[in-house]
Amino acid sequence: MLNPSHPIRSLLAAWWLAMLMVLALPAQAQFRVEISGIGATQLPIAITRFRDEDRSGVAISAIVRADLERSGAFRLAESSGALDERSQPQFADWRGRSADALLSGSVTRLADGRFDVRYKLWDVVKGEDLGGQSLPVAAGDLRLAAHRIADWVHEKLTGERGVNATRIAYVTRAANRYTLRITDADGEGGQTPVVSPQPIISPAWSPDGRRLAYVSFYNGKAEVVVQDVLTGEYRTVASFKGSNSAPAWSPDGKRLAVTLSRDGVSQIYLIDMEGGALRRLTNSNAIDTEAAFSPDGTQVYFVSDRGGGPQVYRVPVEGGTPERVTFQGVYNISPAISPDGRMLAYVNRGNGFRVMVMPLDGSAPPLAVTDTNDDESPSFSPNGRLIIYATRSQGRDVLMTTTLDGKIRTRLLSSGQDVREPAWGPFGR
Amino acid sequence: MTMSIQCSGRPGRMAQAVLASLAVLALVGCGSTVKLDETPIESRTPKAIETSPGATASGNGAAGTSGTSAQSQVATVDLSKGGVASRGAAGSTGGATGAAAADGKLGRVVYFDYDSFGVKDDFRALIEGHAKVLAANKGKRVVIEGHTDERGGREYNLALGQKRADAVAKAMVLLGATEAQIEAVSFGKERPANEGHDEAAWAQNRRAEVKDR
Repeated sequence: MLNPSHPIRSLLAAWWLAMLMVLALPAQAQFRVEISGIGATQLPIAITRFRDEDRSGVAISAIVRADLERSGAFRLAESSGALDERSQPQFADWRGRSADALLSGSVTRLADGRFDVRYKLWDVVKGEDLGGQSLPVAAGDLRLAAHRIADWVHEKLTGERGVNATRIAYVTRAANRYTLRITDADGEGGQTPVVSPQPIISPAWSPDGRRLAYVSFYNGKAEVVVQDVLTGEYRTVASFKGSNSAPAWSPDGKRLAVTLSRDGVSQIYLIDMEGGALRRLTNSNAIDTEAAFSPDGTQVYFVSDRGGGPQVYRVPVEGGTPERVTFQGVYNISPAISPDGRMLAYVNRGNGFRVMVMPLDGSAPPLAVTDTNDDESPSFSPNGRLIIYATRSQGRDVLMTTTLDGKIRTRLLSSGQDVREPAWGPFGR
Repeated sequence: MTMSIQCSGRPGRMAQAVLASLAVLALVGCGSTVKLDETPIESRTPKAIETSPGATASGNGAAGTSGTSAQSQVATVDLSKGGVASRGAAGSTGGATGAAAADGKLGRVVYFDYDSFGVKDDFRALIEGHAKVLAANKGKRVVIEGHTDERGGREYNLALGQKRADAVAKAMVLLGATEAQIEAVSFGKERPANEGHDEAAWAQNRRAEVKDR
């Protein structure tokens, strides 16, 4: 165990189920994606209702349709018809509806209570079977199965991996109640890992998507907590004198970079998640914070005001002399590195606070990708195509996504709550 | 005694000496490792935290599942029902100046200029007063909470608020309190005293509050 002073609390309480229901309900359907742009080319696809999907309680085909439509790469053709994965479609009929591709399937309840979701995709133009799968899942994973089907179709037809099966963590504030939430990438399936009367900031997904690190003020100061999202087991991994904040996972999930003020001004340290050892990474007399690992794990990007105003720097993970990365402007914070390691997103203070994107090889200058003035906390989607960030709109804290060129932005709707601190989870679940 | 510390963001002489010794410590720390459990942690673990069991099948929306647990399941930790008084949860905002019960008429809030960690002369008496109380009563402990206005990133502001709290803490130590009596912490911009979005509100939010532990 990392920290004997903070043993894992795993009390089984009788009321937990009722509590979960109370907490889970308000989270449903609070968070929808509104599309305000479309892709250049859209592939027409028909997606029929999956046989017996209504008996599962989850509208699988509707979720797949919405996922593919939201990606901007597809548009839906007229989709009525009773098919399943074993059908022999009349391709001429589907061509007549202007569909280039056709997806159908079925949902079957298994003896152990799980559901077998099967699907098949056809190329309507060529009259070809493009393959399919059988996904046996627990009832609680039917939505996930639908998202996986959407991602499979997306990859099969566009060559690029979809992010529908990923999840997003963020924090809502209503009065003095702070809630760390997780939703599917479509904003549905909202669940609640933590509710606290004190602020929660800086959630960070472990690379395997099983744990969230975050900063909790529950005990009257900033402490870094790591929580297993499935079981709710959590432990305080950094509670040194002063403030403990800004957790960032190494790509192998074995280390957590944190900002500590235990030795004076805020500096960056690495915690070994297995042995509990702590190593100081930066040594300056200025603020060093907001660590972010490069995807290959060799570099740690961070914010430092050692030069006066805050700028993004990077330092080898073994230590060494930091190298400055951002040069335009006097205030650049909150670095995020794209999954391929090539792009840096950060927040620049000019007239307002804006998300900027720049290639790390210096091949292009930083580009402002938003037109809002209160941007915070950019986080890349795991396929590197989108950035989610927090901003303010009409007096509320909201979340938005943008493409890396800033051309397509979407707003994630919430029902009247302030939403902030987004963190896009990894592939896989 | 006069206030000699300059907390303007650039370390003064004294601070440099402290930093130099920290640097030595840091060098030692580079090659070796520090166990987390060496940290001077007080009992901060929340009581009465209910954590739901992960192996149980019927998590959120997973009704009707048998045996296998859903990968989509998320368990909820509800700290708002814990019943533990979070230090400073109530009365942390605005009226902190009025919380003078314990130490007579001593104020408890030090205000700062924009982008500044310098402790203004106006607050000398306040800091001296608290330092005297601490010096006279070595068993007494205080927490100094640093805060910023809403402009800027949450994490960077957390570090800025920490510098404000540290500036007040260092001033108290110079005036006779011991480091062990004081913990400087930060809430960054998370707990504004005034929820407004103008300079008047911001001025009230750039502050450090002295609280009895």
